[in-house]
Amino acid sequence: MTIKHHIPDALLLDYASGRLSEPFALVVATHVSMCDECRARFEAHEIAGGALIEADEGAELSENLLDSVMARLDEAVEDTPVYNRSGIFPAPVMEALKGRPPKWKPLGRGVRQQILRRNESGSVRLLYIPPGLDVPDHTHGGLELTLVLQGAFSDEGGRFGVGDLELADANVEHQPVAEKGDPCICLAATDAALKFNSFVPKLLQPIFRI
Amino acid sequence: MGDHEVEQGTSGLKNYSEETRLMLAVRDDRDKRAFAKLFAHFGPRLKGVAMRGGLSSGQAEDVVQDVMLTIWRKAHMFDPSRAQVSSWIYQIARNRQVDVLRKENRPLPEALKAPSEDAEDDAGQVLALDQEVTALKAALAKLKPAQREMVEKAYLGELSHTDIEAETGLPLGTIKSRIRLGLEKLRHELDGIRKS
Repeated sequence: MTIKHHIPDALLLDYASGRLSEPFALVVATHVSMCDECRARFEAHEIAGGALIEADEGAELSENLLDSVMARLDEAVEDTPVYNRSGIFPAPVMEALKGRPPKWKPLGRGVRQQILRRNESGSVRLLYIPPGLDVPDHTHGGLELTLVLQGAFSDEGGRFGVGDLELADANVEHQPVAEKGDPCICLAATDAALKFNSFVPKLLQPIFRI
Repeated sequence: MGDHEVEQGTSGLKNYSEETRLMLAVRDDRDKRAFAKLFAHFGPRLKGVAMRGGLSSGQAEDVVQDVMLTIWRKAHMFDPSRAQVSSWIYQIARNRQVDVLRKENRPLPEALKAPSEDAEDDAGQVLALDQEVTALKAALAKLKPAQREMVEKAYLGELSHTDIEAETGLPLGTIKSRIRLGLEKLRHELDGIRKS
């Protein structure tokens, strides 16, 4: 697996500092799980963040804070579930799936999806595109992040194989085409509803909740 | 803490930073005195940065408690050849702030394999990272106040870019390029030190 399309540094810093909303953070966390280069850059940002904490003048703590923390050291704690990678799905995706395989919903023409998270700041989904199929030409209201987990697709931005991340902003109109071979499975986050440019998909948008 | 490195018998340990040694004592010996020292060091700083990140004094102290308890409970995950105590604290603290301010979970990358058991083998890596971080801190200290402020906002500031814009009245593009300039300067400083 040779990853060619990485996370731009500004986006990685937004993730490291906690600014990215959950749908985008899930895509970035998944790419970092697959890409040692981006993991190194991510951890470097965390080290810089840590160095800044070290350099902080600090604020005075309430007198009893240390005692109340020390008193809780021996408390029994419930184990939080730990999710592991399963097949093509890295741990962050398995966590979003709560450890279960995806429940695909058909979108027509063999395309399937499962929405993983949706909130007022955007949504993130798994997309399944049959080999050789084109996804309807679309633009979107804001940022769109697409990470390939299986297969590959190509569009105006180039070829995207396993681990590659495509970042498209509102100005990009693109028509991804899945490569022949394995079905293309992607993790995709958008911060506004996708707007399809052809007539019929636009009508169907509210139905499919894209 | 004083004779901990003797107990460990690991040659490189005495050269580790104070925080790394304390954290290893927490990880390997469940040493509560070492934990209290880490608390004394990081607690006030954590509160300071949490308040700068937009939390009230009370909320910031809740974050301090949660972060320090997480450090204690997940100490087995600490790997000094890849992370500083402070960078690990940074990650946990930002997660807690995201949770407090946005009621959101921040997904984290898949964990790499457990820390290596081979302390001798890792000692060189730990020291190399310590040195790199010392260089980074020196580079941070050399920034002009305005650049320093931008870098601090990028890492420790409120949890949205729009807030930065409102605070300074600068357009977002300018903010972002200034953050990049600050980072670039950091990187160049580091390169210069590495080459010398």
